[in-house]
Amino acid sequence: MSAAKSKGTDFLLAVEGLTVSFDGFKAVDDLSFYLDPKEIRVIIGPNGAGKTTVLDLICGKTKATAGSIKFAGKELTRLKEHQIVHSGVGRKFQTPSVFEDLTVFENLEVSYPQGHSVMGAMAFKRDTAVIEAVEEVAETIFLMDALNEPAASLSHGQKQWLEIGMLLIQKPDLLMLDEPVAGMSVAERKKTAELLRVITKDHTVLVIEHDMQFVGDIADRVTVMHQGKVLSEGSIEHVKSDPKVIEVYLGH
Amino acid sequence: MKSSSPLKWFGSREGLYYLALAFLLVVILPLALDPFRLNMVGKYLTYAFVAIGLVMCWGKAGILSLGQGVFFGLGGYCMAMFLKLEASTPEATAIQSTPGIPDFMDWNQLTELPWFWEPFHSFSFTLIAVIGVPVLLAFVIGFAMFTRRVGGVYFAIITQAIAAILTILIIGQQGYTGGVNGITDLQTLKGWDIRTDEARTTLYFVCVGMLFLCLFAARLVQNRKLGRILVAMNAQEMRVRFSGYDVAAFKIFVFCLAAAFAGIGGAMFTLIVGFMSPSFIGIVASIEMVIFCALGGRLSILGAVYGALLVNAAKSGFSESFPELWPFAMGALFIGVVLAFPNGLAGLYRSYVMPLEDRLFKRSKPEPKTASAPAATKPSAEKADDYDPMITTYSPEKS
Repeated sequence: MSAAKSKGTDFLLAVEGLTVSFDGFKAVDDLSFYLDPKEIRVIIGPNGAGKTTVLDLICGKTKATAGSIKFAGKELTRLKEHQIVHSGVGRKFQTPSVFEDLTVFENLEVSYPQGHSVMGAMAFKRDTAVIEAVEEVAETIFLMDALNEPAASLSHGQKQWLEIGMLLIQKPDLLMLDEPVAGMSVAERKKTAELLRVITKDHTVLVIEHDMQFVGDIADRVTVMHQGKVLSEGSIEHVKSDPKVIEVYLGH
Repeated sequence: MKSSSPLKWFGSREGLYYLALAFLLVVILPLALDPFRLNMVGKYLTYAFVAIGLVMCWGKAGILSLGQGVFFGLGGYCMAMFLKLEASTPEATAIQSTPGIPDFMDWNQLTELPWFWEPFHSFSFTLIAVIGVPVLLAFVIGFAMFTRRVGGVYFAIITQAIAAILTILIIGQQGYTGGVNGITDLQTLKGWDIRTDEARTTLYFVCVGMLFLCLFAARLVQNRKLGRILVAMNAQEMRVRFSGYDVAAFKIFVFCLAAAFAGIGGAMFTLIVGFMSPSFIGIVASIEMVIFCALGGRLSILGAVYGALLVNAAKSGFSESFPELWPFAMGALFIGVVLAFPNGLAGLYRSYVMPLEDRLFKRSKPEPKTASAPAATKPSAEKADDYDPMITTYSPEKS
């Protein structure tokens, strides 16, 4: 992995000089970082550091004022949200956003990467490939028994898993998760960590998280953000012992 | 629909609802009503086309349009222009200073037919225009609004403004449009007198036929993945977008679909009523159309048909006896729907009548596994049916 890093072109995601300004306030300020394929990167930092904004910028929800986001050699800053999804970037939001009126099966089916155009959605058929893909993902996210339940009846933690499942079925190369264990019970946290370990076998994952123990459990590398900039970057031990990090984040 | 045989579908609960509506419209009403009243029912039904479109656009996809009268009117005017040209032969208009053009043009000192009237000599062009013109306008509006992510109240206000603009335009351009009187004195369709009782009865049945075509088209969309995306978009637009869908394209599609239905309704209106005027397409008319949809149940395409029928029948009834009270009754009705039964008649039906049906069904045929279980087992049994075919019947109200 570290050998690939030095070459520069082998990064899955290369964020360079990324800046976004809201009425003069720079939420993200000249930010650069790089993700290797199959890496698990966790972004931490105090509230308002711009963590969620970075994910918003990568997935196209917010447009960058300056800078570049290269994903697998493709510039993302000029693409529309659905095109970014089609390039292989999946985004999970902080609050679970699933389709409450639809069943778990239908939630996953809607996310299945086929029939994305209007006519495609009209012609879409629930064939065995779809059913198999849905069942496979449902198994992974512990919701096999809830396939026919409406998503509204799921617990908070299950909804978070379902949304992760909705990303998984898209088969993205990069998964971005915004506080996946927030509001979860201890048991659910454990299961989620287990889930993430399964996922990270064949995905690159970018996670925002506050729970330092959880971060230590999953992260390959940690990026600490503060006031829109990178404060520190490296292994969990490295950032934990970094005096700047202790001052602005861990110390409090 | 492809997966199971049509016969089986007619035996299903949903199929029976369609059959019941067909029975009401094709057998009961024609037998019970004289040609005059039947013609009025036909007129009410033309609004049902708009209401079905609103169910798809507003109820399912959450796009409230307060300007559906525009598309209804465009469809209606396209048909009226064809009929007017047919009625304005040089022989029939020999007393005019310019024979061969519609009478109102002559009154407004026009001496030749405007260019945009010319294609309406052709019936096939007219039939295409009845759907094409409303869809084209809907596409332009939809493209301009939805790609810029204009939605909700703002979109509703803009559609309302468009309804106002179109009315003003039509009234102001009297020589080209017939002005506030509209296009009147329509007589024949391809030589067939549309003013006789027989013709009106025939047109009523044509209208019912077209209505069912639109119902089936709407049902097809609603039962495909497309329909699920529309509903999903309503609740979680962001999630749909980040599941890889171009939300604007889906919104434009459903808005155009609603416009197409409204256009067909408008054309049927012109044929059944015998004229078209700006009063049927303006702001008030457009808002009334939303009320038909809301009362019937904005999530149910069949409900929309009943909503259009009932509100219009009540309107006629009221206006005949207490004309000055109707606006208040209409207002009260709308407040009642919003406060007391937000899902309209279809919602009431689902929560009060369907459980009764369930009990009847259960008694008549033995349930294999869940005979002792209470009513809650029925939905899950239905769900299990849904899981199997490629089309899921989606019903948003589960209670």
